[in-house]
Formats: sequence, C-alpha cells, structure tokens
Amino acid sequence: MKNKLFEKYFVFSPYFWLVLFFFIPLAIIFKISISVSEWGMPPYQDIFLFDNGFKINTTLENYVYIFSDYYYIGSFVNSLILALISTFFCLLIGFPLSFYIATSNIRLRNILLVLVVIPFWSSFLLRVYAWKIILQNNGILNVILLNLGITSEPLQLLYNQYAVIMGIVYTYLPLMILPLYGYLNKFDLNLIEASKDLGLNRTKTFFKVILPLSVPGIVAGSLLVFIPVVGEFIIPEMLGGSDRLYYGKILWEEFFVNRNWPGASALAFSGIIILVLPIVIFQILYSRWSQKNEI
Amino acid sequence: MKSSLIKSTVIFLGLFFLYFPILVLIFYSFNENKRVMVWKGFSLRWYNELFNNEQIIEAFIISIKIAALSATFATILGVMIGYSLVRIRKIPFKSFYIFLSSTPLVLPELILGLSMLLFFISLNNVIGFPSSRGQLTIFISHVTFCIAFVAIIIQARLTDFNKNIEEAAMDLGYNYTKVLYKITLPIILPSIIAGWLLAFTISLDDLVVASFTTGPGANTLPIVVFSKVRLGLSPEVNALSAILMFALIIIGLFYFYFNKKFKH
Repeated sequence: MKNKLFEKYFVFSPYFWLVLFFFIPLAIIFKISISVSEWGMPPYQDIFLFDNGFKINTTLENYVYIFSDYYYIGSFVNSLILALISTFFCLLIGFPLSFYIATSNIRLRNILLVLVVIPFWSSFLLRVYAWKIILQNNGILNVILLNLGITSEPLQLLYNQYAVIMGIVYTYLPLMILPLYGYLNKFDLNLIEASKDLGLNRTKTFFKVILPLSVPGIVAGSLLVFIPVVGEFIIPEMLGGSDRLYYGKILWEEFFVNRNWPGASALAFSGIIILVLPIVIFQILYSRWSQKNEI
Repeated sequence: MKSSLIKSTVIFLGLFFLYFPILVLIFYSFNENKRVMVWKGFSLRWYNELFNNEQIIEAFIISIKIAALSATFATILGVMIGYSLVRIRKIPFKSFYIFLSSTPLVLPELILGLSMLLFFISLNNVIGFPSSRGQLTIFISHVTFCIAFVAIIIQARLTDFNKNIEEAAMDLGYNYTKVLYKITLPIILPSIIAGWLLAFTISLDDLVVASFTTGPGANTLPIVVFSKVRLGLSPEVNALSAILMFALIIIGLFYFYFNKKFKH
C-alpha cells in the first residue's frame, strides 16, 4: 500500500507541473490562434460567448491570413533554408571531427571531447557577440584579409545572411558533434580494418561501412541543429541584416510590434505542427519500440 | 603517416575554430580604448567599470538567484520523471507523460516563451494572479524547460544502473522508500549534480524565454547584455564575457567530472 502512494507522488508531482505550466500554455496558444482578433486588451475575442445563449466564436482566419501572405510563408521558407544550410555545414565540420576524436586513443579521446563541448557551456549570447567583433569592418578578419592583399578595402562581413550562417554553425556545432561522437564511439573500429583487408579502398570503406553505421548519429545531430535553428531569433538579430527575414523575427514582431496576438499564436502553433510534432511522434514510437525489445 | 597528419590537422582546425572567437573576446577585453576595435594598450579599465556598473551587478544577482532556484526545482521534478520512466511500470497515459517530459527539449524557445507569456496573462485574467510578471514568472518558465534536460540525464543513468543492488536490498528487508533513499539516490547522486549544473547553466544563459516572461524589476543578465550589444559593441560586455566564459567553463568541467563517473 505504501509503495503505491509513494509511486503516485513520484509520477504525479512532475505530471501536475508539466500539465499546468507546459500543456495548458500550449493549449492557450492554440485557443488564441483560433480566436477572432479585435482592437483592445487583450486583442482578441473570447472563443465562448454567453451573451445571447451559448455560442462558440472561433475562426480560421488567422491561419488563412498567415498562409496566404508571402511575407510570412517566405520568412518561414527562409528559416528552413537557413536551417538546412547550417545543418549541412555543421555536419561537414562535425563529422570528420567526431570521427577523428572517436578513433583517437582512449585518454586523448576524453580530453578532446571535453575540449570540443566546453565552449558550448560558455554563454550562447556572448559567443554570438564574439563573431560580431571578429566580423566588424575593422575587425580581425578584415585586417588579415587586407594584410594578405586579398582585398584592397575592408569587406562588409557583418549584417548579412552569411554572417548569420557563420554564427549558427559556430554555436550549434557541439550539438552536432555530441550525438555523432556517441554513435561513432560505439562501433567497432576493426570493421574499418576488415573492410580494408577485403580490398575496399578508402572511399568505398567510407561510403559502404562508416557512413551507413553513423546514420543514427547523423539523424540525431541534424535534428538537434535543424529544429532550434528554424526558430532562432538572437543570431539573425545580432549578426543579420535586412536582406532576409526569418520566422523567429516575424513571430516576435507580430506579437510585440503589431500586437496581433492571434496572428502570432497561429504562427507559433503552425511552427509546432510542422516542426515539432513529427519528431515527438517519432520519439514516442521509438521509446515504445526500444522498451518492447528490452523486455 | 599521411592519415595521422590529416587527423591532427582536422582536430587542430576544429579546436581552433571553436576557441578562436573566445580568445578574441578575451583579448579585446583588455583594450584601454573605448572604441572596442581600435587597440590602444593593455588595461584593466573595463573590468573596473564593470564592477562599478550597478545595472549589470544587479542583473547578475537576479540571474544567479533565478538560476539556482529553478535548477533546484527542475532537478527534483526531473529526477522524479527519470525515475518514473525507468522504474515505475504503471504510468497513466504514458505516451502523454513522455510527450510532456521530452517536448521542451525540441520546442523552439521562442514558441515556449510566447506560450508562457500568454498563459500568465490568461491566468491573471481568470484568477488575478500573477498580477505582474517578474522573477517568479521567469522562475516558473525556467523550471518548466529545464526539467526535460535533468530527466534525460537521470533516465540514462537509471537505465545503465544495475537493478540487482536494489533487489538485494529489498531481499535484506529494506522497504521501497528506504531502497530509494539509501541505495538508488546516493548511487545516482553524481548524475543528479550534473543535472543541476546543466539546468543552472541553461537558466543563467536563457535570453528568449526570459524576455517574454520578464517584468518590472526582473532584468536578467542576458537581457541587459543583449540590450547593450544588439546594435553595437560594448567594452564592458567584453570584460563581462571574459569573466563569465571562464566561470561557465569551470562549471562545465565539473559537469563532465560528475557525469563521467557513471560511465565507468
């Protein structure tokens, strides 16, 4: 009897907290996204009206509004492209790095792994700020380029989409390396030797042995980079210019500048459906599957 | 020989890429000049100004307070989730439970921040609380999205954990509660500390969620720093960066120390 009580306490304390402070807020976003907007405070009508009998007062207008305006769709597409490019570069840098760390001897391996992940612990905002210093017109990169004679006058490196990609790749790289390393570390390095003994050359060994075995790591790392980058607000705000608008920025402005709460909620809820839901379903299925196989 | 040269080069370039910006930041923090980019000479002037900047000091204290409190709450609740998911078979609506405890990991901060803000506003309309947003609302939001990070660490630790020890203790007459407090929790203590450190750092570093849920008298450090560097550079922020990077990296090393223990 006592065990039961104790188990309930353990299960339901966090359950209660998360339903109250996580699920209900998400439900509220949904509720406001289907509310009729109006001038006032709060700037939307209630979805249940009681004045002349009971009436449900909802609309899909906010979704129609954001999905029919290129301003919103274009920004979302910009964010998806940005996330795709950044994920690609993280993979391009992260893969060889994790591979060589995983194939180092065990003492060096742990030191290298800590060295790679430690910058991730230092402040995110300040790491982005560091790139602002590096990419200034009279910043260190321009000084190097000028001295090498590559350019004759300082380049405008800051406040464009390339600076944004640079900042994102830099700050998100450890999120790619960790899961990649996790999987590469697990597999037996003798497989590489074996494939060489069987006459496969380097390229073939890479594509036939190493790459297939690291697919789960690549998927995990890519998701960890891709999803938050789509919603990224700070990096475009600090390093980006007006050449491109992103999802995070228009969501922020829709709420704080335009004061269109239903519109901002519709944007946020669309983001949840398009980005997060597929992954959550995947996770639940995966954890069920792995639990079944364990028993 | 050739391949080991490639290997060293890749690792060296990778580490250079990761550390170069941090070193640049620290280097410029010692610049005497008010114009950050023009080197005038070595000086500790901006460190001095930093320690006399009341706005930054106050924000720092608020941030530490919120981070310590939310990390503690998130750790307690996260340990409960990690334990429940691994050890307790009967969880009502288990898929929903997993959904609640893992979604904050992948939800963009911006959406989370917006949902918390709208929640607090709605709650205020219904029950008249919280009448204004501030440290309490930031604290609640931070606990909510830190729980998931702690839960995942504890879950991983308990999955590796040898159940036989718990069962042996049961056989020796320990009851359920006693096994938990005398056996399980002490063994996973390093992971609990690692989880707390992670939650503490995430809370200390958060700008987006805090920006949504802040109110009068609750400017956290990232909010103040962001307002200073959004449009330009600030020599005081350079000095702050150097100190903060150093402190956070030490916290990170502790995290690795505690989290590594369980792997062996």
